[in-house]
Amino acid sequence: MKVSLSWIKEYIQMDLEPDEIASRLTMAGLEVDTVENLYDYLDGIVAARVLDVKQHPGADKLTCCMVDTGSGDPVQIVCGAPNVRRGMLSACALPGTVLPGDLKIKKSKLRGEVSEGMLCSAAELLLDADASGIMDLAGDHAPGTPLQQALDISDTLFEIDLTPNRPDCLSVMGVAREMGAFVQPNQKIVKPDVTLPQQRIRSQSIHDHARVDIKDPDLCPRYSAGLLFDVTVGPSPFWLRRRLESVGLSSINNVVDATNFVMMETGQPLHAFDYDNLAQGQIVVQKAGNTMEFTTLDSKVHKLEPDMLMICDGQRPVALAGVMGGENSEISQNTTRVLIESACFNPVSIRRTAKRTGIATDASHRFERGMDPDGTVYALKRAMTLIADICDAAIAADIIDAYPVQLEPVRIDLDIRALNIRLGTDFSSDEIARILESVEFGVHPYSQDQLTVSVPSFRVDVTRPEDLSEEVARIWGYNQVKTTYPPIPAKGRPLDPVILTRGAIRRILIGLSFYEAINYNFISKDFCDRLLLPESDFRRNVVEILNPLSDQMSVLRTSLLPGLLENMRKNNAQQTDTIHLFEIGKIFFSTNKETLPTEMEMVAGLITGNRTHQAWYSKKQPLDFFDLKGMMEDLLEALGIFDADYNRSEHSACPYLESGQGARVSKNNTVLGHLGKIATPVLKKFGLKQRAYVFELDLTAVMGQVPQQIQSVPLPRFPSISQDVTLIVDQQIPVGDIMGQMKTIAGNHALVEDMFLFDLFEGSPLAEGKKSLSFRIVYRSEVKTLNEKSIRKLHAAISSRLVEIFHADLPE
Amino acid sequence: MENPINDIENQAFEEIQAAKTSEDLEMVSIRYLGRKGILTAFLRSISSLPEDQRPDAGKNANLLKTKLEKAIQQSRTTMKANKADNGPEVDVTLPGRRRGHGSLHPVTQVLDEICGIFLRLGFDIVEGPEVETDYYNFEALNIPKYHPARDMQDTFYVSDNIVLRTHTSPSQPRTMEKTDPPVRIISAGKVFRCDSDLTHTPMFHQIEGLMVDENISFGDLKGILTTFVHQFFDDKTQLRFRPSYFPFTEPSAEVDIQCVMCRGEGCRVCSRTGWLEVLGSGMVHPAVFENVGYDTKKYTGFAFGVGIERMAMLKYGIDDIRKYFENDVRFLGQF
Repeated sequence: MKVSLSWIKEYIQMDLEPDEIASRLTMAGLEVDTVENLYDYLDGIVAARVLDVKQHPGADKLTCCMVDTGSGDPVQIVCGAPNVRRGMLSACALPGTVLPGDLKIKKSKLRGEVSEGMLCSAAELLLDADASGIMDLAGDHAPGTPLQQALDISDTLFEIDLTPNRPDCLSVMGVAREMGAFVQPNQKIVKPDVTLPQQRIRSQSIHDHARVDIKDPDLCPRYSAGLLFDVTVGPSPFWLRRRLESVGLSSINNVVDATNFVMMETGQPLHAFDYDNLAQGQIVVQKAGNTMEFTTLDSKVHKLEPDMLMICDGQRPVALAGVMGGENSEISQNTTRVLIESACFNPVSIRRTAKRTGIATDASHRFERGMDPDGTVYALKRAMTLIADICDAAIAADIIDAYPVQLEPVRIDLDIRALNIRLGTDFSSDEIARILESVEFGVHPYSQDQLTVSVPSFRVDVTRPEDLSEEVARIWGYNQVKTTYPPIPAKGRPLDPVILTRGAIRRILIGLSFYEAINYNFISKDFCDRLLLPESDFRRNVVEILNPLSDQMSVLRTSLLPGLLENMRKNNAQQTDTIHLFEIGKIFFSTNKETLPTEMEMVAGLITGNRTHQAWYSKKQPLDFFDLKGMMEDLLEALGIFDADYNRSEHSACPYLESGQGARVSKNNTVLGHLGKIATPVLKKFGLKQRAYVFELDLTAVMGQVPQQIQSVPLPRFPSISQDVTLIVDQQIPVGDIMGQMKTIAGNHALVEDMFLFDLFEGSPLAEGKKSLSFRIVYRSEVKTLNEKSIRKLHAAISSRLVEIFHADLPE
Repeated sequence: MENPINDIENQAFEEIQAAKTSEDLEMVSIRYLGRKGILTAFLRSISSLPEDQRPDAGKNANLLKTKLEKAIQQSRTTMKANKADNGPEVDVTLPGRRRGHGSLHPVTQVLDEICGIFLRLGFDIVEGPEVETDYYNFEALNIPKYHPARDMQDTFYVSDNIVLRTHTSPSQPRTMEKTDPPVRIISAGKVFRCDSDLTHTPMFHQIEGLMVDENISFGDLKGILTTFVHQFFDDKTQLRFRPSYFPFTEPSAEVDIQCVMCRGEGCRVCSRTGWLEVLGSGMVHPAVFENVGYDTKKYTGFAFGVGIERMAMLKYGIDDIRKYFENDVRFLGQF
């Protein structure tokens, strides 16, 4: 909402500085976004003295003037104005100035003569309608004085970010009313007199010419109408154009401008019909019913729906009620009789129509928020007096005011005690009454601690006692309300385990040198193709956004990996080669359109680049699968999940992983997630050149495997003894299988405490297709110190069992 | 010879002190105590002294011999011990072997910090879905369909009745439906608005707070939020409460804090007003209580919401909101 200070001052006295006004309005709940000098565009225009005037040698109607602009030597300016004369003080736009209409002034030649500026008319500077000649400034200002200063004009435009509950302030009068309460208090606004001028009133009654029939009073509680005769449609007077332009409206013609002016002034939207285009002079307010289409005055054709409220004449719709008028009845140059509508419509009905037709107008904006039902007649009369004046029109003797069901003023029973509890105050009922009366609420004592408050009709937002508590607090001042501290019971609830697990994972991963990333939930739909997911893959079951910002953000992700791969690309582009990133976030699977999608929280990570950088103690070594797996093992063990199972993943589970370098990690037969190397074609699709290793875990599944309770065990009292076994086996045999077997065998022997692979060897002198694996088995007894002799038999048994199972050879 | 035994003693001890290695020490030992050593020579020379001086000189020289032998032995032991503890000297200015470290996203850090403040104040943390029904996102919060307040939040739609939540406020009705008062919760998470420019990203993070009990007042709201701001920034940060409008609170208040960049002097960050808008808040609207079946006569409560990215921007001086989601490690590494 834009209002100018000069306009405000039409209704209220205001002598504070603009910045002070803005800050007080803001503290009253009308947040001022910007404070702007309305004459800023006059910067660069100065008072200038015409020292000499000579005929232009090449043009009859032009003169060459020597002008003192106050900056050094006089300059020559070519001028076409008839009133230019020697000694005159006029307004000069200096080179570099941009005049209204985007006219840039620069040093140039006009018909061969140099011109260093432009002498301006009042019309060119939007100061007056006078375009007949250049400005002739009164007074004795030194050349070079800024024009704003020379004319002593100033005006301020406030742009207010109005909250939707305050439609009453969608008007200059409404803002002025608030100012009278908050900015420079104890003032009531002075409304312009709307007594219709006697000399312009015709004896004819509107009732002889027009009839208003409201078919649906719920959707249109009130419809006031007035009729004007002998209207001369034409351009608006300067003052009216300027007022409208100052708040960002453009001038159309005097009739329409007058209705827009009154809307801006009072808040009440009006519409002007060409009366001669209204069949039978009828106004019927009814739903569209079977009518299919309607052409609005911007010549656009709109599909109608049966429940849209229309203004119809005797035959057809003539306006989308409260939204926009129709082309068939708009004011034209030939209009002579005008019917003015000043009505009150149901907010929801207007908003539905506006949303469905995609039209948003100043009128619909106001009606959607709710208009004062008692404001229609004043606004109507205000418009009629204006139009009568500026269009030289006559007025029908009376008006129509269809108001079938009188709306009762809102009355609220206000419990003083409840209000004080809500605010934390201790107001007496007298104090509250005084506060509310200052903003035009009617207050009647009801009992000791109860008031009956009648709400002014323009405050459509106030309907409950709680709304009054806000008014009281607002007027008293939020910052005057004492700050208190509520007592908080010590009883509390435990934290959700998912919060704890998520926090633990985050801390572990940053210890493993990962940076945390956060990506948008929405991504480009083609991510499935880029991950090589087959048509039937469940991850293609995406949730689509109906109104995405772009194709790049059109679906919700079903994997965190595309985001991390995209992050990798951007980092690589910034010459960061080694990256460890992780993200914890949700993925979404569509169920059906009417129920919420399935949300799963995932933990994903990506590593790329080098394990060790080039340093005095190391050489660059690229990362590989086992760096990733090591991190996964560290992560899970740090969470308390020991001995997770790693198996080669099915290609269909992770088509984006290189076959042969993808693993599924599980624990107790629950799949926790996958890890592996991104396949080369996928790298290409993401614009990546480096190898990348990723993991993605289901947070809930991981959480399920985190031990609920940790049980401490006593430390061993006797030393352990280790024995090694080296097996030469076929290369294809996974180490995991051998370890698994070893564990099974060990499970039967209490003395086996631990075992691990400590050497892996392939190549000569081993036979082709063979590998040598060396394991260390740690033995310990709970009751005595073991020696080599005491475990020799057991170790030999385990060794020979492994040899047997895996057809292994022992080294020579 | 002016008391030569003293000179020998002084010099020998100097040399023992100066010896750096056991080899050095051996050299000292040989020089003084060896067969051709200085002290040995002195002892031999005693026989050539006048007879009356011989006993004293002999005694002193033998004492010194014992003293030196002891000192050398002690030095030897110390050296040996040192050698066992220490390897060779290292250049301590060489860079160390790094394992690298990561860090939490600044948004997470600020979220954790704010949650921590409210946990200490006795609030519980709840979480809710990021894709939400129209009912919980709007209607339960007193924002019916076709209410103009819907324009305050540009909404991403999945269908007519399913939206990406535009705020964390759905946690209010979701929690109250399941819990009787008293309620003290915060709810943190991602929210979505159909908006993207220099100061807006289509996704950002919020923390919602709700406290409901008997006799909870607007003054209490001011108290809790003042405590929060003072803990998050510092206890000299001024707050001001400004009337505003949210359909689910009445009265509603925007909370401005004194600009943390210029301390209220007025700068670019605060558009020269000296104030920064950081929180939306208010007393829970009775319609919200009615929707969840709370007794509006008995209970009052307050709610508030705070944007995390903005708080992090103020805390860390981040100038561009889009940086949060580009995940450039040069940015992430700063936190």
